[in-house]
Amino acid sequence: MLLSRDQIAACVAKDLQENWLVNLGIGMPTLIPEFIPKERNVMFHSENGVVGMGPPPLPGEEDLDLISAGKGLITLIPGGAYVNHTDSFAIARGGRLDCAVLGAFQVAANGDLCNWRLPHQKSGSVGGAMDIAAGAKRVYVMMTHTTREGDAKIIAERTYPLTAGGVVSKIYTDMGVISVEANELILEGIAPGITPVEVQSATGAHLNIEKVQEISLNL
Amino acid sequence: MQNKRAHTLVEAVNVITDGMTILIGGFGGPGVPEILIDGVCELGVKNLTIVSNNAGTDKSGVARLMDVGCVSKLICTFPWAKESYVFKELYDNGKISLEIVPQGTLAERIRTAGAGLGGFLTPTGVGTDLAEGKKPLTIDGKDYILELPLRADIALIKAHKADLRGNLVYHKSARNFNPIMVMAANHSIIEVSEEVPIGNLDPENIITPGVFVDSYFVTGQYKVGSGGK
Repeated sequence: MLLSRDQIAACVAKDLQENWLVNLGIGMPTLIPEFIPKERNVMFHSENGVVGMGPPPLPGEEDLDLISAGKGLITLIPGGAYVNHTDSFAIARGGRLDCAVLGAFQVAANGDLCNWRLPHQKSGSVGGAMDIAAGAKRVYVMMTHTTREGDAKIIAERTYPLTAGGVVSKIYTDMGVISVEANELILEGIAPGITPVEVQSATGAHLNIEKVQEISLNL
Repeated sequence: MQNKRAHTLVEAVNVITDGMTILIGGFGGPGVPEILIDGVCELGVKNLTIVSNNAGTDKSGVARLMDVGCVSKLICTFPWAKESYVFKELYDNGKISLEIVPQGTLAERIRTAGAGLGGFLTPTGVGTDLAEGKKPLTIDGKDYILELPLRADIALIKAHKADLRGNLVYHKSARNFNPIMVMAANHSIIEVSEEVPIGNLDPENIITPGVFVDSYFVTGQYKVGSGGK
């Protein structure tokens, strides 16, 4: 059975470590924070100048001046801070992000990330993606394994416009978890009820399936 | 002491003329100087180049300027959001041209202009379409592209409070581009909710010293931008 978005988010959350500063891209990655164990200290950076992004506000506590990169209302955690845009991107570009979790249209076997423009479009929206992908210590991708039409999104060589070259180290999809190593893609985790053969046939690059383990879901 | 306060909206914005390049603060709704924008819309100016993170929300902010026909070019990072349909229609009809810039690069280009610098090297965009036409450089084995300053005629800024010297503080994520844009224009115009006496703002906590402020208009209320969900 394909993992739900919440289940993929839980898989990523498991791997975000104590004391990390993490940037979450818009879309699916925003589901991650609620799955981080309460006792683990993970801090979130929002590109629009929030260090210490907290959960959405309770009714009556909304401040329309406090939003995330995806324009949703947020709060600030105790000990959080506001910064201007150059400082926010100094954090992103200057190596202070332990991890960025981004969506993607394509990820290539060499770690190339494509997530800002589709080939048939005249133009795309880049936002902070290129800066964040270029500067984060680790780039994790969270996405569906295939397009709606069933085409592979993990492929041998990119065919879409590049966001950043060779940056992705882990891919979390509705079929499993893939590690991008120097010479190969390793299928580390697989959704319960899915076979490695199914994952390989949905992937446009060779997968090493020797060490694959079933993902345990305790949601 | 120089009096920087503009007493009417018209007085604040009537320095703006056709063809100018205007930096407009804001990320989503927060930090967008919507009242100043309303004033600019009333002027009937044309062929403005607008620099903004987004392409506006529905018919407000930058989208309002585009909707009333003031804008011929948009420099931004994220134009294709669903709520930026005013921009999309104008772009598809060839009425507005577009330059896409990565967000960190945009912020730094503006700051570079404000800081009197000639350019900077960034790893952002290396190898991508957005590096096209830009000078590449490799320093200590790392690849960069050269980005140039982005200076403007006018900066339209939203801040929370100004004192009589024009020192500014902002509000939460409404800060965003504003403290950088205020430095990088020939003339800066600030929309503030409140003017406070000198000494009211703690010098340790002033985000923008008044030296960067040319004029400010007091709205007398904290109007929060649209665009939050």
